[in-house]
Amino acid sequence: MLEVKDLNVFYGAIHAIKGISIKVNDGELVSLVGANGAGKTTILHTISGLLPAATGEILLDGQNLQKMQANKIINLGLAHVPEGRHVFARLTVEENLRMGAYILKDQKKISENLEMVYAHFPRLRERYKQLAGTLSGGEQQMLATGRALMTNPKMLLMDEPSMGLSPILVKEIFAIIQELHESGITILLVEQNAKMALAISDRAYVLETGTIAMEGSAKALSEDDRVRKAYLGA
Amino acid sequence: MSTFIQTLIVGLRLGSIYALVALGYTMVYGIIRLINFAHGDFIMVGGYTMIFTIPLALAMGLPAWTSVVFAILCCALVGMTTELVAYRPIRKKGTSMTALITAIAVSMLLENLAQAIPAIGPNPVVASQIFSTGGFSIAGVTMEWTTVSTIVISAVVMVVLYQFTQKTKLGRAMRCVSEDKEASILMGINVNRTIVLTFAIGSGLSAVAALMYMAQYPKVYTTMGMMLGLKAFVAAVLGGIGIIPGAMLGGLIIGLVESFTTSYVSSSMADTFVFLILIIVLIIKPAGILGKNVGEKV
Repeated sequence: MLEVKDLNVFYGAIHAIKGISIKVNDGELVSLVGANGAGKTTILHTISGLLPAATGEILLDGQNLQKMQANKIINLGLAHVPEGRHVFARLTVEENLRMGAYILKDQKKISENLEMVYAHFPRLRERYKQLAGTLSGGEQQMLATGRALMTNPKMLLMDEPSMGLSPILVKEIFAIIQELHESGITILLVEQNAKMALAISDRAYVLETGTIAMEGSAKALSEDDRVRKAYLGA
Repeated sequence: MSTFIQTLIVGLRLGSIYALVALGYTMVYGIIRLINFAHGDFIMVGGYTMIFTIPLALAMGLPAWTSVVFAILCCALVGMTTELVAYRPIRKKGTSMTALITAIAVSMLLENLAQAIPAIGPNPVVASQIFSTGGFSIAGVTMEWTTVSTIVISAVVMVVLYQFTQKTKLGRAMRCVSEDKEASILMGINVNRTIVLTFAIGSGLSAVAALMYMAQYPKVYTTMGMMLGLKAFVAAVLGGIGIIPGAMLGGLIIGLVESFTTSYVSSSMADTFVFLILIIVLIIKPAGILGKNVGEKV
């Protein structure tokens, strides 16, 4: 479904991503794990067109994303749940969700998707009139995820969904990710919490300062000594 | 009592003009965090457009005020051009300081360019009567048609604008872009187009303000937007810049303060009080009357 080939990205003079290739197959849940500053978020931003790539190709079902305007990418069925949620704080919960369906014109479809999101996240239904800025961190994460689901995407990019959440909420969020995965959505997940990420993923890439240090099945990686020492605290 | 009501009405009239101009400042600030110093000069652009198009409207058998349609189009065009030619390139390359300096430069450019155009020149021109003369009296209070029209039209424009930003898809997109450009892109919003649209609307409003202003003070000259623009900017800051109802509230407050000071203290003290109130409000509430930070939890 998604293929990143030999990607190079610069922040000014800093070579942030150094020739990375990643592949996510249909229906897979793939994780990018690694320390702060390894370039995980940069990769997602480049896929979504928020950052330009210096060289390399990003293909979604064979379509080259870099040749597109960033705001058109969602039309191809790729939605992005950004790091730090980025909900619209001064809009209500329901307005936020409706913004998620901005590209849809069919009101009936929007209402259906709204119901689908509320079914996934009953807490959001309870708070549909509340301003998003007043939600707790976990609720904001649910809202950002729900908002991304409003277009029925084929694929989700999820950036640090567990960041800043309490252990109970982290579990809840990971359960939701697994649920979405089981419902058939392809997911590329970026996480600092390598242990949890590997536990639910099919495959994973370990990033170190802009290059891929290791890749393989999540199970194999979680049993690898180097990964265990560096990322799993064992 | 009748003096009080008369003063109140004059204040509301003046305040509605300030509010319309303040809306332009606040909408542009809200979306790109830029104080568009050229906004006051858009009023002048609207003023001259009407000076030139009122004869046209009259020749077509339409009332003089219909020339505002031309003024709205012209101001919207000037606003969009300013964004496309001056502000957008600066935003990509410069800092917020360079953008601010550019805004001042655009303001100077418009004023001086207007003076250089032979048909405009440095001397003021006087507009013909815009709304019908006269009015009516209730219980010793005289209401001129000009005043009634100003208050009613402003109120309608503000309600429509507010509903537009709250209820329509485009309006919601504007609010989203003003809050978070990256997330807006991820939703599929064309951010640049939304910004241009905001300039068109804000500048169009300044044409409506120009109509109201000219109905009261028919003299049109190239620097007419300076003081009016400055006070409207103060109104926007007073209400909480970036917040649409704040601009409306701020405008009305400034208009009322000016009117009451003129009537009960002295007309020469009017501006003093306006700016004094600004300072006091900002000391107590730095973000403006309606300004508040929605705390984003992380």
